[in-house]
Amino acid sequence: MTAPEPNTTPETTATSAVHTGVLIIGGGPGGYVAGIRAGQLGLDAIVVDPQPMGGTCLNVGCIPSKALIHAADEFAVAVAQATTAPLGISVADPTVDLAKTVAWKDGIVGRLNRGVGGLLAKVGTTVMVGTATVIDGKTVRVTSDDGTTTVTADHLIIATGSAPAELPHIPFGGGTGDDAPTGFDAGAVEVISSTGALALSEVPKRLVVVGGGYIGLELGTAFAKLGSAVTVVEAEAELLSIYDRELTRPISRTLRSLGVEVLTNTRAKSVDGDGLVVTDQDGAARTLAADKVLVTVGRRPVLTGFGVEHLGLTMDGPFLQVDEQCRTSMHNVWAIGDVTGEPMLAHRAMKQGEVVAEAIAGQTSAFDPVTIPAIVFTDPEIVSVGLSPDDAANDTATIVGTFPLSANGRSMTLNADGGFVRVVARADDHLVLGIQAVGQGVAELSAAFGLALEMGARLEDIADTIHAHPTVGEGFAEAALTALGHPLHI
Amino acid sequence: MGQLTIKVPDVGEGIAEVELVSWSVAEGQPVTRNQIVAEVMTDKATVEVPAPVDGVVGALTGGVGDVLLVGSPLFTLEVEGETGERTADPAPPEPPSQPANAAIIERAMEAAAAGSSDSVGGPNTDAATHSVPTSSANDGEQPKKAPPAPQHRMAPAATPVPSGRPGAPRPEGRRPTATPAVRRRARDGGIDLRTVSGTGPAGRITHDDLDAVFAAAGTGGLPGSGVGRSAGLRPADDGFDDQPIVGMRRKIAQQMVSSMSTIPHITYVEAVDMTALEELRATLNTNRADGQPKLTVLPFLVRALVNHLPDFPQMNAHVLDAEGQNNQGRQGGTSTLRLFGGVHVGIAAQTDAGLVVPVLRNAEAETIWSAAGRIGELAEAARTGTAGREDLTGSTITISSLGSLGGLVSTPVINKPETTIVGVNKMTTEPVWIDGAFVPRKIMNLSSSFDHRVIDGWDAARFIQAIKQSLEQPALLFVDQP
Repeated sequence: MTAPEPNTTPETTATSAVHTGVLIIGGGPGGYVAGIRAGQLGLDAIVVDPQPMGGTCLNVGCIPSKALIHAADEFAVAVAQATTAPLGISVADPTVDLAKTVAWKDGIVGRLNRGVGGLLAKVGTTVMVGTATVIDGKTVRVTSDDGTTTVTADHLIIATGSAPAELPHIPFGGGTGDDAPTGFDAGAVEVISSTGALALSEVPKRLVVVGGGYIGLELGTAFAKLGSAVTVVEAEAELLSIYDRELTRPISRTLRSLGVEVLTNTRAKSVDGDGLVVTDQDGAARTLAADKVLVTVGRRPVLTGFGVEHLGLTMDGPFLQVDEQCRTSMHNVWAIGDVTGEPMLAHRAMKQGEVVAEAIAGQTSAFDPVTIPAIVFTDPEIVSVGLSPDDAANDTATIVGTFPLSANGRSMTLNADGGFVRVVARADDHLVLGIQAVGQGVAELSAAFGLALEMGARLEDIADTIHAHPTVGEGFAEAALTALGHPLHI
Repeated sequence: MGQLTIKVPDVGEGIAEVELVSWSVAEGQPVTRNQIVAEVMTDKATVEVPAPVDGVVGALTGGVGDVLLVGSPLFTLEVEGETGERTADPAPPEPPSQPANAAIIERAMEAAAAGSSDSVGGPNTDAATHSVPTSSANDGEQPKKAPPAPQHRMAPAATPVPSGRPGAPRPEGRRPTATPAVRRRARDGGIDLRTVSGTGPAGRITHDDLDAVFAAAGTGGLPGSGVGRSAGLRPADDGFDDQPIVGMRRKIAQQMVSSMSTIPHITYVEAVDMTALEELRATLNTNRADGQPKLTVLPFLVRALVNHLPDFPQMNAHVLDAEGQNNQGRQGGTSTLRLFGGVHVGIAAQTDAGLVVPVLRNAEAETIWSAAGRIGELAEAARTGTAGREDLTGSTITISSLGSLGGLVSTPVINKPETTIVGVNKMTTEPVWIDGAFVPRKIMNLSSSFDHRVIDGWDAARFIQAIKQSLEQPALLFVDQP
């Protein structure tokens, strides 16, 4: 979710006090799910957020970025038909009206905002639009346009999420520290976060992306497809450095074909009138001409500016320390989502939201997944659940089966046969430890991958499951068969 | 790494199939040579199947209760390619009497503590026995070589049956494998899955494994907690508990049905005055040499059988059912009555797992003292589960005794394919009218069943009367037969 305004101390036009069983600060995927589950369990619950329900994910994260990526893909397909016409389809001179694309995206977001609100209303959970300030572990002041409300609660859930990390020497916008894509005069280089990138009304001619992680590459790829000249600046030696090179190679290939310039071992130094000044590993500086500089160097938990720091909760690095049931170090103060650690992913927060509501209701629920799937919506997509071959090999003898999608019929018919599915299993009992895939449409395979790990599947379980033909998912069974030494289609 | 397939061992005596009793390991578990991997059960004994070499257990074939053909795959072992570690002949500690596979360790089922009864003694026995066909009987019935295992007879791999017993221990540091639903159920029940062994594939903890844990916790929590107990009442309980009839119990069930449905039983009860024999037994026990076993009634009864069976050879015999005769007993051919020269007395014993019948072989060659010693050894072997197949097969007549639980009368079930079973009832002191006065006498009933197809009631009565006479005048036991 978006950070509450730290400096908001509006004139108090009205003051009231309410009491509730559960007060949830933050209406993101963690907070709103906790609100729904709490309502289902008969708990009296309030969700506080200054923004529409859904948090970063719904408003300025997962959903809008996927909408933009989809639009970019459609456009790229249209351009491809117009130029090389690989499928024999003729398209004349496609253009994109980004403002209209963004309006379409905003429509989706609005529909989901209302949907989440409706779900909360259905179970009797109250939504308070306002900024929360923690007074103590049981008291929160909620400030809104209508006034200030003091809410006392039996249980407090911190679900304030994360915000884009800023480079101190390259602040967002005009140096206000705000996300908003404003600040510089027209024509000047503008530094934007992912939030700003999703709200652009025009496709920037020259976009420099600082940070070659998943957010930067997803958005960089989308803008490249929409027509931007994109340069990616990465301080590390590799893009997507948390994944192995085998997985990222197809992404690098696509970036190359899109004309994206990738500068690894390169540091962003400052912004000047023409663009971004960077230095390579030898210290040589150069300026990358840019209209927009998109800084995607990670996210930081939102744990300051709203009073929670005064509770003196035990920290785990920059995060709040929580137990399996999302308890913090203070009695009846709970925390879920990005404030509790990596991976900062919506689906992790959602599950924690369920767990925390059930725990408050006295159930024994615990957050104890075998795996939290991770997806990168680049072109092609990357899915990873469980352990990578390298990580798994640290603990035990493993066997790995990799099946290239170039041998998958469905991938060919999608005109997208790059990538592979890879299964990592324990050598002695064939328990599947990790599954990775890269390829078009493989994001949807994450359901099967996650289920396999949670159910404790062995290679034989996957290999003996009939996978429908023709689907990309056949690659999953083939990867298991490959690990077992007898693939059929390779 | 190579893969070694370990087959269901040939346990000899023409046995073609075995029942899987339990797995001692989980798939993926490293095992060392001679570590027990599985227990299988034949008609006669439980056989432990050890790992022939060091390795890692691959696939386990079949679930508990599955019947597996001899020679069909039992489990696989992932082994190192090299073989240099193997010695030429491991000379395992097992008894050398194993014909098929020296690495097979046999033992009887766990036996109950054989509380020796003063009046009858010997192993705790039961009024009924399960059938213990002998090798010779099987030779006549079954081909020696097992047919190749047809696929449909093989249990599907990786389908464990609820066993209620813990699986193999998980290697150190490994997170327990369990589905989300199992994890939730364990949490709800306050069970730390790290303490639960999994019987599923790859050691996965199944709902059945949790059932076993809950069941164990449930029984453990009962004593002292029953509110109604002090009042002699229990809360109304409409529940029930389905337990699979597997293993030893299933085998016993099959044998009982087979015996009762094919053999027309005639049961004959007679009271025996044991007073004189008891006096003799007391004297012998008082004066016995150091190291001599204490005499029970059983060796005397065995001696009586040995003395009289030559006159009643059909009592020391097997009925070999004809080819084509089905278990309803309808005739499809000619049956055979096989009369034995030696007397091999089966002594039915109750154990934790069920009935076992250790066999006193060639009782005709035993003295009272040696027979007593041998019976004691057999009882101990049954109790500790160390009885070998030799000790459990080949009986030609059976004695069944429940000792002090022997009751007044029993209707023993013939140990098919034998023809005769002698049931020993409880010995009591009774007033007996002798020479114009009641005198206290030690009276014990014998309840004996005979196969009425081959034994007439008249002969049955004469046989028991002869036994009775020998026991009532024990000097006759030691007088050469005319």
